[in-house]
Amino acid sequence: MSRPRQPIKGVDPSLLIKDAAKLLPAPSRRLFLRGATSLGALAMLTGCDIIDGPTSENALRVISDFNDWVQARLFSETTLAPTFSESDITRPFPFNAYYAEDEAPDIDGDNYKLEIGGLVDNKKPWTLAELNKLPEVSQITRLVCVEGWSAIGSWQGVRLSDFLKLIGADTKAKYVWFQCAEGYSNTIDMPSALHPQTQLTLKFDHQTLPTAYGFPIKIRIPTKLGFKNPKYVTAMWVQNNDAGGYWENQGYNWFSGL
Amino acid sequence: MTIEAASHSPIAPETATGQLIHPRWVRVTHWINALAMFMMIGSGWQIYDASPLFRYIYFPSHLALGEWLAGALLWHFAAMWLLAINGFVYVTLGIATGRFRRKLFPIRFGEFMRDLTAALRGRLAHDDLTVYNAVQRLLYLGVILAGIVIVLSGLSIWKPVQLKWLTAFFGGYNTARYVHFFAMASIVGFLTVHVVLSLLVPKSLRAMIFGR
Repeated sequence: MSRPRQPIKGVDPSLLIKDAAKLLPAPSRRLFLRGATSLGALAMLTGCDIIDGPTSENALRVISDFNDWVQARLFSETTLAPTFSESDITRPFPFNAYYAEDEAPDIDGDNYKLEIGGLVDNKKPWTLAELNKLPEVSQITRLVCVEGWSAIGSWQGVRLSDFLKLIGADTKAKYVWFQCAEGYSNTIDMPSALHPQTQLTLKFDHQTLPTAYGFPIKIRIPTKLGFKNPKYVTAMWVQNNDAGGYWENQGYNWFSGL
Repeated sequence: MTIEAASHSPIAPETATGQLIHPRWVRVTHWINALAMFMMIGSGWQIYDASPLFRYIYFPSHLALGEWLAGALLWHFAAMWLLAINGFVYVTLGIATGRFRRKLFPIRFGEFMRDLTAALRGRLAHDDLTVYNAVQRLLYLGVILAGIVIVLSGLSIWKPVQLKWLTAFFGGYNTARYVHFFAMASIVGFLTVHVVLSLLVPKSLRAMIFGR
């Protein structure tokens, strides 16, 4: 059933392990300040437990919500992410996830179907063969990781706004939610989904998307941080409620626009 | 001038014994800035550690703010408002009241060398806190510029698409990260000297709290 695993050309295995390990958060998911000696002093000055407590977590989340609002207003559907030339492509392009590369989902492309749901006229699932027949767009853009590093890659696929129109999605809906094979998920705002560079990606550097980069489908959004570019996508839902996402639920900023 | 005059507050009235060294707006923005810098640097170190620019430079987690990357980012993008708004008020008032012009200029090379030599020998006098020596002038001007650079380079890293012109100004996304790092390093270097000297000359610390 599953595709035979092949080493991915140009991917350095030592990089993969390093990147995966880095993203693993501390076992306790307290976000903020346990053990921060630098702030102990401040807490003593103020005489209260403002730093390491639910109060500061709540305050920070409120400000993060405010930052979502600011970013949504700063976002422009006509402002394009800078594009680059072939020679700028980062090689090897890094694999990145919260698991090691050999734990990445191995999906059988022949039996794969992209599930469609929510506020959509035509919910017929899509095979890869059908998706590959749609008009292809291409981009060479910079992927910026929430950790700070970035890499320039080349992605090809279907413009997501074209696909949303094709399936009769209600583009007045607020969100698009993506479910991924390994349990990862993302919710994005509709304006970002309709941005001309947002892509339902089927290829990396003109080759079928390798497992490391999200086979069979990655959603490439060059106006958002890397973790808002889901890989191994199995379902897409158009909806009005925010279903959150894997990292967003653990404290990363929801909008995470660039 | 009017703003500075108005800030001669009833809490710290002018007396015959001491001249007002720092008007209230300077003291308020100074301490807000201290708090904002503390939060920005602490969280920034934690963010740096997620993807270090230099193999041998990393910041111990117990010195950093935010238990892991997500927490540090939330602190950083919360405190940035405090830093940027307070910094904007400070620079605007500094220019509008003429304080920067009076206190920081002129900076002459000869005076700088003379004062630096005296400072390194521990013989720099601080009899009149209302007048900055040439070393102070250059350092204060330098740290104000570093503050402006750190905010702008930070914006360019945060929004390399929507503010791509700003990112391009800093030489692109990767270069902007280095600019942001070195601006931080300059500010931390300044802070080290600044805090040590304020403790060696306690009346300067008193003046930043009480105004005189």
